[in-house]
Amino acid sequence: MAKKKEILRGAEIFCRALKDEGVKHLFGYPGGAVLHIYDALYKQDAIEHVLVRHEQGATHAADGYARATGRPGVVLVTSGPGATNAVTGIATAYLDSIPLIVFTGQVATHMIGNDAFQEVDSMGITRPCVKHNFLVKDVKDLAATIKKAFYVATSGRPGPVVIDIPKDITADSCEYDYPQEIELRSYRPVVKGHPGQIKKAAKLLLSAKKPMIYSGGGVVLSEASNELTEFSQLLGYPVTNTLMGLGAYPATDKQFVGMLGMHGTYEANMGMHHCDLLIAIGARFDDRVTGDLEKFCPYAKIIQIDIDPSSIAKNVPVDVPIVGDVRYVLSDLISILKNGKGKPDIKALEDWWKQIYDWKKLDCLKFDRTTDVIKPQYVVEKLWELTKGDAYVTSDVGQHQMWAAQFYPFDKPRRWINSGGLGTMGFGLPAAMGVKLAFPDETVACISGEASLVMCIQELSTCLQYNTPIKILSLNNRYMGMVRQWQEFFYSSRYSHSYMEALPDFVKMAESYGHVGMRIEKSSDVEGAIKEALELKERTVLMDFVTDQTENVYPMIAAGKGHHEMHLSTDANRELA
Amino acid sequence: MRHILSLLMENEAGALSRVSGLFSARAFNIESLIVAPTEDSTVSRMTVVTSGSDAIIEQITKQLNKLVDVIKVVDLNEFRHIERELMLIKLIAQNECRDEAKRMVDIFRGRIIDVTENTYTIEMTGTSEKLDAFIESLDNSMILEVVRSGVSGLSRGDKATQS
Repeated sequence: MAKKKEILRGAEIFCRALKDEGVKHLFGYPGGAVLHIYDALYKQDAIEHVLVRHEQGATHAADGYARATGRPGVVLVTSGPGATNAVTGIATAYLDSIPLIVFTGQVATHMIGNDAFQEVDSMGITRPCVKHNFLVKDVKDLAATIKKAFYVATSGRPGPVVIDIPKDITADSCEYDYPQEIELRSYRPVVKGHPGQIKKAAKLLLSAKKPMIYSGGGVVLSEASNELTEFSQLLGYPVTNTLMGLGAYPATDKQFVGMLGMHGTYEANMGMHHCDLLIAIGARFDDRVTGDLEKFCPYAKIIQIDIDPSSIAKNVPVDVPIVGDVRYVLSDLISILKNGKGKPDIKALEDWWKQIYDWKKLDCLKFDRTTDVIKPQYVVEKLWELTKGDAYVTSDVGQHQMWAAQFYPFDKPRRWINSGGLGTMGFGLPAAMGVKLAFPDETVACISGEASLVMCIQELSTCLQYNTPIKILSLNNRYMGMVRQWQEFFYSSRYSHSYMEALPDFVKMAESYGHVGMRIEKSSDVEGAIKEALELKERTVLMDFVTDQTENVYPMIAAGKGHHEMHLSTDANRELA
Repeated sequence: MRHILSLLMENEAGALSRVSGLFSARAFNIESLIVAPTEDSTVSRMTVVTSGSDAIIEQITKQLNKLVDVIKVVDLNEFRHIERELMLIKLIAQNECRDEAKRMVDIFRGRIIDVTENTYTIEMTGTSEKLDAFIESLDNSMILEVVRSGVSGLSRGDKATQS
């Protein structure tokens, strides 16, 4: 006899469906349209609700959680301003293909379109920055919609999905039936690559004399780090990672030539410019990576592997496109390489590596280590040493983000958590909080700057309430550093509105939120301060490092330049524009 | 180059805005766009006339395919195909113009579907080029109002695009 199904209210279906999806944490903020749901949350204990202080914080925290764990982050906000506040975080996740499920409350169905209190067209507002969105118009559709949302958000090229739920739907009741599987006739992401294309790629791979492996965030998303590492080491080819791909290949390995792009290493960018074969793996040829497209990889044939067909040949024509999940495609390539007779051209490869080592000798990331003014790079380097390169590191956006990427070599995927595509200031602190909730026993650091940090500073309060002891390293140069750098280079040092006057006392600020604050002014105090902060395992610590105001991020490829036209710290006086 | 893209998509609220939003967000051209349900009421057929280089058309097709509600995208330019557009046009038809208007409608195989003392309203179908040609052949001052449906099309022969 079939088991009789329970009749549940929409709000209860919401809680039950999340439980059935295995959701442990829900980041949210209550409001009128979601009060039924909050009442249902009150009566259950399967899901821990994390009350943020601003909806932007909820989306970033869920995003950090998702990036660190690989599981979707889940958010609940109310209608109107709750939804609009969440949009920045949704767009942040969208640009970096991070799976989020964002529930937005909505006014009751009969009120929609009447300019009701706290009504906005959440579907319309979020449509351009989600993978998909749903408006639930009948409580009978709620469970299946939630199932669809999780499926769409986590499969194929992941991304955020919004579910807009009118208030009356959360009060209505129906039988609860959570589907085990779901199929959408209009959505069937490809997983396996085309065998013919893979064979073609394998042949081309072995014919290369100056190959370059360029891998991105797709490798992290697809959990393909092991495959990438095996593939690269089988061939012995140099590997560069994009900002989003850092950690996917162990950064301390000898085949790793550093990050590429606007602030990439000299050897990575020169390698890109001179290579005769480029193997792009889960990377999307972003403008910060390619520089001027006219000058991009002028001598190279290009193989591109990506799960999203629209990423292939979007900016740069490709010789061998392979649509598929990079993990599966790399596995197939590995087995062809292992079983085939062909070998890489060892002689040519030796010459190529010699050339790369010559570029490396330039030591493009060197900075002044003699001064007692704190160099921001030094702070990151010390953090790396003291955490043995094994911390989860989130960042905000700007100079500190680039220094974190350059000076904290990640050996494991999902350790480096930053807003690469959208470049969202304010991301770092809430994201770190999300990571810490997922991994309470791991060290979680947030490398930030004083300008970014204050954009979501209110989440310090959440950190206290939910006991998420994170370490915040604020590289405080009293400027919006990256804006200042561009103004110095391209606007004749007219520092228009990039100087931060009237900054708060960050030590007192940390203390007022119930945390530990430190102000560090001398280079010689950096190590001791970080050590002390790391030892305070149960406390959130805000380290306010007073850093060199004039420090710039090098190397740099200016807009309109190619990979071979980098600006180095040693030619700081050279004209850029 | 001008392309006719034919889409099958879920007949859901907001599906049209997903497509039109995609075109505006990515700065793709739309010359015309029409949408209506098919014989299966859960599926809509949308026909978009757009233009761009091969690379742009490839991107448009890929981006459309990426939309979760889109079931299938076919570029009709890749096949031998038929295209038709419907136009209703209201003309001043007085005195000596009246006979002239009637003659032109006959030449272009249109039909007069509404008549007043002063006007004719004409129904005409054909390729967009033919409709353009009809408008050009008229004295501009005769035209009171024009409404065009936008292009719809199908591939020739036995093949069919199905969901």
